[in-house]
Amino acid sequence: MDKKLKETILNPILKGNPITVLVLGICSALAVTVQLKGALVMALSVTLVTGLSSFVCSLLRNTIPTRVRIIVQLVVVAMMVILVDQILKSGEATYAIDKQLSVYIGLIITNCIVMGRIEAFALGNKPIPSLLDGLANGVGYGLILIIVAFFRELLGSGTLFGIQILPAGYIPNNLVILPPFALILLGCIIWVHRALDKDLQED
Amino acid sequence: MEYISLFVKSIFVDNMIFAYFLGMCSYLAVSKNVKTANGLGLAVIFVLLFTLPINWVLNTFVLQPGALKWLGPQFAEVDLSFLSFIIFIAVIAAFVQLVEMIVEKFLPSLYSSLGIYLPLIAVNCAILGGSLFMQQRDFTGFGESVVYALGSGIGWYLAIVALAAIREKMAYSNVPKPLKGIGVTFITVGLMGMAFMIFMGIQL
Repeated sequence: MDKKLKETILNPILKGNPITVLVLGICSALAVTVQLKGALVMALSVTLVTGLSSFVCSLLRNTIPTRVRIIVQLVVVAMMVILVDQILKSGEATYAIDKQLSVYIGLIITNCIVMGRIEAFALGNKPIPSLLDGLANGVGYGLILIIVAFFRELLGSGTLFGIQILPAGYIPNNLVILPPFALILLGCIIWVHRALDKDLQED
Repeated sequence: MEYISLFVKSIFVDNMIFAYFLGMCSYLAVSKNVKTANGLGLAVIFVLLFTLPINWVLNTFVLQPGALKWLGPQFAEVDLSFLSFIIFIAVIAAFVQLVEMIVEKFLPSLYSSLGIYLPLIAVNCAILGGSLFMQQRDFTGFGESVVYALGSGIGWYLAIVALAAIREKMAYSNVPKPLKGIGVTFITVGLMGMAFMIFMGIQL
């Protein structure tokens, strides 16, 4: 694997993580992280949508007129999201998760990561690197999602993937399930990330 | 009466930012000072106020299962709801583009203050999220969708102006280095969210 390709794949996971560094796609990252299962499905859906729409937009990059490119990109992304949504609705086990994620699957369309990667990468690069870039950004996003969901489910319900982990006497912390805690947790993740990597600190 | 209840609820209880995290990206990116936050907030109210009722009409008369009954009895079974994502986002993107062109042509002063935020709004989750919530909650009347759009727009506006005001002051405080900038902003929004939770369960 040549160096540039390796960079494309590794960069979004750590140094250029879409959530903690670029601050994109926060909406869904916070809302779907009450349970690990939902977070995992969301992470997979976003990875797929980002990868595939980057790939398609990169194929079309020389034919899209610049003035209307936002609408064209949105249509491509919306198509991918409809595909993912219909796939989720078709399975029995996934249907329940789709219901639980409610509007947030649809909101992948306006997830800034997807549009951001198309604008910043796919429009200027060949299809295969764009596909990899999209997938890697999805993974970087998913990683944070799963870290947040791990703490929220463990402390909020005492379970992981629905299996009881903490002893039965544990009283679930209801604050952890409420929306504001997700923000505070994410703030702390950013804190740790930037304390470890001094280049990312703002002045 | 139920309109007032819905209005207050959509501003405070179901606040787009603090209860659903919608439109978080531009919320965090454009809240460094009150003036720009004000511009973006107003633009969001405006776009939401138009796109949500348009989408309500489309949802009721085109997309819902059985919505095409007015075309004739043979269309009563048609269910186009799987197209709703693409239709909603197309309406929003087209509306934003249209408004941008009109404002640019006729109100150049407004354009220079608001213009740069308009394209941002097409991908603001609060706008699409409003339409999707409207679809999910089965609003029965056109009036309801207008009130809901106005209320959630104002809720978003309040949230962004409040955060911008706090961030302006926070620039002078001594924050640990790794937490500076976005980290402490997240924690601030979390605390604001907790404050907003006092409105939970309000019934009018």
